[in-house]
Amino acid sequence: MAILEGNGVTKYFGGLAAVSNVDFHVEQGEVVGLIGPNGAGKTTLFNLISAALRLKSGTIKFRGIDITGFKPYRICRMGVARTFQTVKIFPNMLVLQNVILGSYFGMSPRISSSDAPKKASEILEFVGLSRVSATPARDLTLANQKRLEVARALATHPDLLLLDEIMAGLNPTEVAEAMELVVRIREKGISIIMIEHVMKAIMKLCDRIMVLHHGQKLAEGTPQAIATSEKVIKVYLGERAHAGS
Amino acid sequence: MLEVSHIDTFHGRIQALWDVSLTIGEAEIVALVGANGAGKTTLLSTLSGLLPSASGSIEFRGKRIDGLKSHAIVELGISHIPEGRRLFPDMSVRENLEMGAYLQRVWKEKEETLEEVYQLFPKLRERQGQLASTLSGGEQQMVAMGRGLMSKPRLCVIDEPSSGLAPIVVDEIFQIIEGLRGRGMAIFLIEQNVQQTLEIADRAYVMENGRIVIAGEGKKLLQEELIRKAYLGL
Repeated sequence: MAILEGNGVTKYFGGLAAVSNVDFHVEQGEVVGLIGPNGAGKTTLFNLISAALRLKSGTIKFRGIDITGFKPYRICRMGVARTFQTVKIFPNMLVLQNVILGSYFGMSPRISSSDAPKKASEILEFVGLSRVSATPARDLTLANQKRLEVARALATHPDLLLLDEIMAGLNPTEVAEAMELVVRIREKGISIIMIEHVMKAIMKLCDRIMVLHHGQKLAEGTPQAIATSEKVIKVYLGERAHAGS
Repeated sequence: MLEVSHIDTFHGRIQALWDVSLTIGEAEIVALVGANGAGKTTLLSTLSGLLPSASGSIEFRGKRIDGLKSHAIVELGISHIPEGRRLFPDMSVRENLEMGAYLQRVWKEKEETLEEVYQLFPKLRERQGQLASTLSGGEQQMVAMGRGLMSKPRLCVIDEPSSGLAPIVVDEIFQIIEGLRGRGMAIFLIEQNVQQTLEIADRAYVMENGRIVIAGEGKKLLQEELIRKAYLGL
């Protein structure tokens, strides 16, 4: 059964159709890639799923329940967590406190104030940030702030994780580490939608890729099909990336 | 044109740069690569006067610039295009670009410079009245680069311009950087897209734990086993 399902999802910014009549679904345990030119509507789609923005029309179902119009906290507590492309950490709190905050906010399952720090430490270990757990979050490099976003999202105990460009700003060796992290998240049984411009990661990690362009679905298919799609090469990949894939 | 000699920089009590020396010549693309946390952005901040160096010297076209205020360094011809774009979100594209020209030396010519920037990034002309916060990531990066060019720099210091951009736009950004060298501008480039960067760089430095550990020609470094393992993930 699809864990997430959207039908006719539409959002306007003034007269601009940022997301226009998009259907999508994510199966249990699946990793779905979301790619497309800058400004295609990818982050807007995440904002609609997580209810940071309201749909103009269409419906979104999570585990068969219509969550359209639910408040963001409620969607998070049902099991949908996200990271932010432009990081939204709490800069003056310690790294560990940022993660603890995630576990309190998620409340699924309810966690006691004595268990939360232990749980948060485990998550920091899992994402590879143990070394900086007592550092103010503002002092982390941008790459590590993105990793902290992943840790905080995991602390809410999600079944579906929306990852918004967690690999931007990483060098190829660090990308390989981040890819391994995504694999381990998946092994926990968490379904994933990932927005990413790092093609090597998208092609290797995703079961399926959806391409947005001007707010509409341009293509959808296996990594192989997407990498060789003429229209995707034309608007997004470019000839060079195509040659490399 | 730029000569950095033996600088040490601290974040509070923690030393982030150790005895860093490097040079950048006229119309040269020099790349700086290294892991996250190696000190790359700290080095750029030291160059542009955002952080003080505790020792050593920085000379730009024969003049000591370490210790100068950032605006004075911009005035001398070094423009810093920061990581994460740092636009003024509630100002229009055009206003953001004009902010880059608030120097006596260039203010009078700002209309012509603006025209050059629009030719380089035609999309920005279309979007000139739009608020920066409503632009896509790629467009924002173009505004950040355009704003950096508005001060008519001789040396452009660019921190991770391709981060978060679609592959086809990344190609375009790299072409633009090469084009700037073609106009006689020197570029100091930090990039995680190591492969594409070393392909266009004349020379490159590799930084590890706050120290320069390797220096060489861009294309030669691409062949080196250590670089391929540590930074290209090959």
